[in-house]
Amino acid sequence: MEALWQSLTLPPAFWYGLLKIGLAIGILMPLIALAVLAERRISAAIQDRIGPNRVGPWGLLQPLADGLKFLLKEDFTPGHVRKAYFWLAPAAAMVPPFLTVAVIPFGSTMGSQNMVIADLNVGILYTFGIVSLSVYGIVLAGYASNSKYPFLGGIRASAQMISYEIAMGMSVVPLFLLVGDLNLGKVIEYQAQGGWLLFKQPLAFVIFLVAAFAETNRLPFDMPESESELVSGYHTEYSSIKFALFFLGEYAAMIAVSALMVTLFLGGWTLPFFGLDQPAASVWGGLLHLGIFFGKLGAFMVLFIWVRWMMPRFRYDQLMHLGWQYFLPLALANIIVTALWLWLAAG
Amino acid sequence: MIVSRKKLNWLERLYLPAILSGLRVTLRHFFRRKVTMQYPEERWVVPTGYRGAPYLVKDQAGRTKCVSCQLCEFVCPPRAIRIDPPGPDINESAGNVEKEPQDFRIDMLRCIFCGYCQEVCPEEAIFLQEDYSLIGRTREEMVYGKDKLLELGGVHQDGILKWARKQREAEEQGVH
Repeated sequence: MEALWQSLTLPPAFWYGLLKIGLAIGILMPLIALAVLAERRISAAIQDRIGPNRVGPWGLLQPLADGLKFLLKEDFTPGHVRKAYFWLAPAAAMVPPFLTVAVIPFGSTMGSQNMVIADLNVGILYTFGIVSLSVYGIVLAGYASNSKYPFLGGIRASAQMISYEIAMGMSVVPLFLLVGDLNLGKVIEYQAQGGWLLFKQPLAFVIFLVAAFAETNRLPFDMPESESELVSGYHTEYSSIKFALFFLGEYAAMIAVSALMVTLFLGGWTLPFFGLDQPAASVWGGLLHLGIFFGKLGAFMVLFIWVRWMMPRFRYDQLMHLGWQYFLPLALANIIVTALWLWLAAG
Repeated sequence: MIVSRKKLNWLERLYLPAILSGLRVTLRHFFRRKVTMQYPEERWVVPTGYRGAPYLVKDQAGRTKCVSCQLCEFVCPPRAIRIDPPGPDINESAGNVEKEPQDFRIDMLRCIFCGYCQEVCPEEAIFLQEDYSLIGRTREEMVYGKDKLLELGGVHQDGILKWARKQREAEEQGVH
């Protein structure tokens, strides 16, 4: 019996990993709920309204009520859909953002543990691989729904994803020329020593930011679900909890991409003063670093929401024009200039 | 008419200044005073002449003004009003009013708040008042009877006081 127990015992790294996964999900899910509420309150304020403020103090329990509503509504499956894919699509939209979070260092250290679930040395490649997966949920939904509006939404999503994925990938190449490593922890270390990459690579930041809007299907690039022409695009045929999964997936993707931007351009969990750029010595320091990270993340989320209620939707050809004819060449030029500069600096 | 399209200069074509001014506009609205009225706590001021629910009124002396002429019943487009006129017997408690209705029912679910009853009433006995949110748990509850209508209607400050004059005349002639 003793021997059996011993053979079953897993190394502590496994349990710590599990704990960190639990923590990440435990933070991410309420954060999504909070983002939905923030979206509603901020949009209301921008439109001179008050927004939901009845459920709980300041409407904080509103997402809970929304969730309950989604659960209780009729889950209607139209007769003309392709059933298996129709069921698969919402899950496929929900999973990738969660996978992205795995490689983001969302804090320095807590006791002996690094606050990153998977300290991959190809972190950024993994992230881009996963982020581009997120379009499958949308395309699948468009195909599975078997009707015209979702189909158009799905097609748009795939075209948009291809266009902006390239610009996004190219825009971060100069960062890794500077850092010399693909590990996101190393990127933060570099920024702690040499200043935030936002100031060293402002062009890369702008391209990445715009591409992030396009990748997460947020206005002004929410072509796949543009209400005015495609009813509600890829999730037109979805109702109840399946629709809610798309909805949550969109917000989870926003959070994931915000976390990525914080890590790549804003120095992750570091702040350049009060010695906050060094890994924390105590648990309280670790918590403070978590707080800094989520503060920066929140700022990006507010930006996402703010821009949504400010800009009209792009026309589809303008979107393609912008992606292929401006951002891609600019990103390439940025790579060459950075490489030349590094070459000259090295002598 | 052909409108010639203005050529944009490079700053306008860059699109970034437009984005910044957009952010400024939305930011200004973000901090502006909100126009939302939080209804059950805050309520709007009902303007004079508003056509709310029709109620029956009494005069200053507490007499019911309605005389069961049934003009409102006949004019009512959705037929929301039903009046039970009294019989030939004299009602001593009516304060000298002739033909005070036995019952007067308005189905508030049928009422369309058109105001024809108020307009047609020769006795100024029914008025569309300020109530706009009428609540009931059953359909029966939404049919307002005479007592309820009178209670909600309140007192109309009558300048003529027809029934006071009738009473005076009756006393002078020694009829009553």
